[in-house]
Amino acid sequence: MSGAALSTAGRARGVLRDMMARPSGAIGLTLVTLHLALALASPWIVPYDYKSMDATGTLTGPSAAHWLGTDHLGRDVLTRVMLGGREALVITGIATPVAMIWGGLTGVWLGLRGGWPDEVAMRVVDAFLALPGILPLLVLITVFGTGGEVLLPTLAFFFGIPVIRVARAAAHEVVARDFVSAARARGHRPFDIVRREILPNVTDTLLVEGAMRWSWMLLGFSALSFLGFGVAPPRPDWGLMVSDARVYMSLAPLGVIAPVVALSTLIIGINLTADALAKTLGLDRSRKAVI
Amino acid sequence: MSAQPPLIDISGLSVGFRGRSGAMLPVLHEVDLAVCRGESVGIVGESGSGKSTLALAAMGYLRHGLARLGGAARFDGQDMFALAPPALARIRGGKLGLIPQNSGQALTPTQRIGTQIAEALRLHCDHDPATHRTRARDLLAQVRLPDPDTILRRYPHELSGGQQQRVAIAMALAGEPEALLLDEPTTGLDVTTQAHILALLRGLARERDMAMVYVSHDLGVIAQVCDRVHVLYAGETVLAGPARSVLTAPSHPYAAALLAAIPRLGARTLPRALDGRPPTPDIPRTGCAFAPRCALATDDCRAAPPPMAETRDGQRARCLYPEKVASPAPSESTAPGAATDGPPLLSTRALSVRYDSPGLLARLRGTPRPPATVEGIDLTLRHGETLGLVGESGSGKSTILRAIAGLLPPASGRIALEDGTDLATSAERRRPETLRRIQMIFQNPDESLNPRQSVGDILAQPLRLYFGLHGQPCHDRAAELLETVRLGAHYLDRLPGQLSGGEKQRVAVARAFAAGPEAVLCDEITSALDVSVQAAVLELLGDLKARHGTGFIFVSHDLTVVRALSDRVAVLYQGRICEAGPTEAVFAPPHHPYTDVLLGAVLAPDPDHAPRLLAEDAVELAPPARGCPFQRRCPVKRGAICETDTPPARQTADGHVIHCHIPLDELHALEGKQAAS
Repeated sequence: MSGAALSTAGRARGVLRDMMARPSGAIGLTLVTLHLALALASPWIVPYDYKSMDATGTLTGPSAAHWLGTDHLGRDVLTRVMLGGREALVITGIATPVAMIWGGLTGVWLGLRGGWPDEVAMRVVDAFLALPGILPLLVLITVFGTGGEVLLPTLAFFFGIPVIRVARAAAHEVVARDFVSAARARGHRPFDIVRREILPNVTDTLLVEGAMRWSWMLLGFSALSFLGFGVAPPRPDWGLMVSDARVYMSLAPLGVIAPVVALSTLIIGINLTADALAKTLGLDRSRKAVI
Repeated sequence: MSAQPPLIDISGLSVGFRGRSGAMLPVLHEVDLAVCRGESVGIVGESGSGKSTLALAAMGYLRHGLARLGGAARFDGQDMFALAPPALARIRGGKLGLIPQNSGQALTPTQRIGTQIAEALRLHCDHDPATHRTRARDLLAQVRLPDPDTILRRYPHELSGGQQQRVAIAMALAGEPEALLLDEPTTGLDVTTQAHILALLRGLARERDMAMVYVSHDLGVIAQVCDRVHVLYAGETVLAGPARSVLTAPSHPYAAALLAAIPRLGARTLPRALDGRPPTPDIPRTGCAFAPRCALATDDCRAAPPPMAETRDGQRARCLYPEKVASPAPSESTAPGAATDGPPLLSTRALSVRYDSPGLLARLRGTPRPPATVEGIDLTLRHGETLGLVGESGSGKSTILRAIAGLLPPASGRIALEDGTDLATSAERRRPETLRRIQMIFQNPDESLNPRQSVGDILAQPLRLYFGLHGQPCHDRAAELLETVRLGAHYLDRLPGQLSGGEKQRVAVARAFAAGPEAVLCDEITSALDVSVQAAVLELLGDLKARHGTGFIFVSHDLTVVRALSDRVAVLYQGRICEAGPTEAVFAPPHHPYTDVLLGAVLAPDPDHAPRLLAEDAVELAPPARGCPFQRRCPVKRGAICETDTPPARQTADGHVIHCHIPLDELHALEGKQAAS
């Protein structure tokens, strides 16, 4: 119904306003917006070509020509830092929603269905969660090779598993309420019950969870790059840059510090945003007084 | 009234909060309240009238967001709003005790009762800690808990609701209070428990010469325990006076309307609903706050707020025409007709439900299963008939409804529609047409309406599902349904959170009727509502029944509501039927001993009516394995036969069935004797 659509848009605007009113939300949203803007605009505003090497000026310190100095191949660090988040943002930016959707829907369905499928699925989830996160990722990448077409589904799959648990817990709380019983007693199909009754009530939880997952996925992606399983050289990537520059850390510390600062600010920004979002949504808006 | 100065003295108190617009909105408006030692005062009003705020203000406490705008609250001569926090902390919980609503749930679940009482003693007494144990035992004995030593070692969840409430009272007594504030002390308790708790409180007040302030929406409770009554409406005292005269001849139309809205056991008529709703604090006051809902209102009432003035029998009221306020008369509206002999619409045969499921080990060992939660339920609902199911909490009433609705698969037995076809056990396996014919309305509309769906979306669900309506026709039909429950079409875009409790329940009723059902299952649908709103919802059901010929199964713990609404009644105890038959017959002697206990405990808003306390208010967690379900609490138990044999079904002359070992004529005689004693 049009009224509901209107109220959804209005609600999103209200949430955004409330988030900006909190210090964590204001800082977080600013950091994330800056990073996104930089990632979009960087190909046109970088001072150098990220591939162009200069054998005469390797590992130099900051100068007027190279603000953040150059790396061991004489490439401009500033250029590479500005471009270094693009691949990570694109891949995790797609993989996170995919992870949220498959993990979220599976979790909600399990929460509604209950019984043996729930029991079996949750034990599988437990088994996956018992493994150190990076290990299964490494195995898959070793088998199928690196590159976005492998990284994206792999990340989306593994980061979706913990989402199942969160979505199932959130759905459990909703399923126990009488409006779900009422829908069951009327005879709605499970798909309709999930879509109309449960999802609108777990979206908030999933949104906050999604923001947290995104920051973890960025870290995971950078770790893979650092280990040499992520972005292939010579393309710039923060994890790869840290990996390359750490050998020369005593000569040109900015080669390590700059990508680390870039990655940290993005992750801190996302975490702060998630925190503000959680606090804003925690105060249930549909129960706010009308006067 | 005595000459001594009042212990609790609130004068001209105004409390408000800052609204969205930035203006200060009043919640309490120049309220006066004075309570002396040994006196019990009741504060009554609908939800939102500010009665809890007033009681808490007596402790110098205001809820977050509220601010004092004027006036004072004194306790024993000290200004509670001016006291320093340490002095305040000594008084609160010490000389001035509070028993909050749902205080049973306010007990810490992970601490033993003894520890919690000892803590209260440590905070408010100078006794030697070594004597705490003895003191705690004394306190539990004072609130008449059996076997205090055992109770001290228990955790809160191991006690019944009534026992928890007694522990909460004991903790409030730990500080040797001179005054007690009780916020809805018995709301949510069973009728028999409620009667016991009120008797206890009345006794304590007399023994200790305490000042008591009762906050309640239930005039029946007030009538039992209070000397004086203050009626609050929209944050104003509209009527104050001696309980007896206020309850029998109120001189304010609001109090008269509240009294008329209470269903009474003696009358088989529906209570009279109070139309409209109280004004919200953001509406500027020009005249009498009650004028928009008042039948007596004139232009003078709307022009200026009436002053508080002496009326009659010691009452003071804020009304220009107190002499015109008539004593509450029962409404002539649709009393249920005699039980119809229409064809059966829905029936259950030997229905039984279990919650336990034996583990593998128990099955291999052959451990006997505990008795079923609900067993041997035979019910028949006829077309256009209301079947009432009554019983205390844990009697299995809601379980039966859920089984009929297909939400809880029964362990055995049949649920059949009129044509004799059995219904599948779970809703998922029933045909849509069958599902459409049986609709359910739940107890708490906060739970049964999706908070994220607008009223329009909520009503569209059944319309889309059963009739395939979309777009404009769906919208029009939804608006029409809202009209039938007396809500306007402008409610379609609202979210449940923006509606009052009564409005939410009406939306839930509209949703059930959207399906065009033949049988509607009502699960305690008025227990979360104010009496005035309850009366309106009951009236609405009566209306819909008359118009559509719908059959209702009406589950309630409230005998007066069931009596007012039902054609047939079944009384349940521990998941077994004790007594069933036409309403008139069930409510007339002879009764099953349990029905007799229930009827005796019903409160009426009449100071001359005293409940009879027959059985202990003990809790039973599981039905007995054999014999009569009521054997452990029965005041007229016959002996071993009650523990071993299932009681026979005895048919009375007026056509109802009593399951009891005692012959009917003896039951009749027993009741006469008990009523006399």
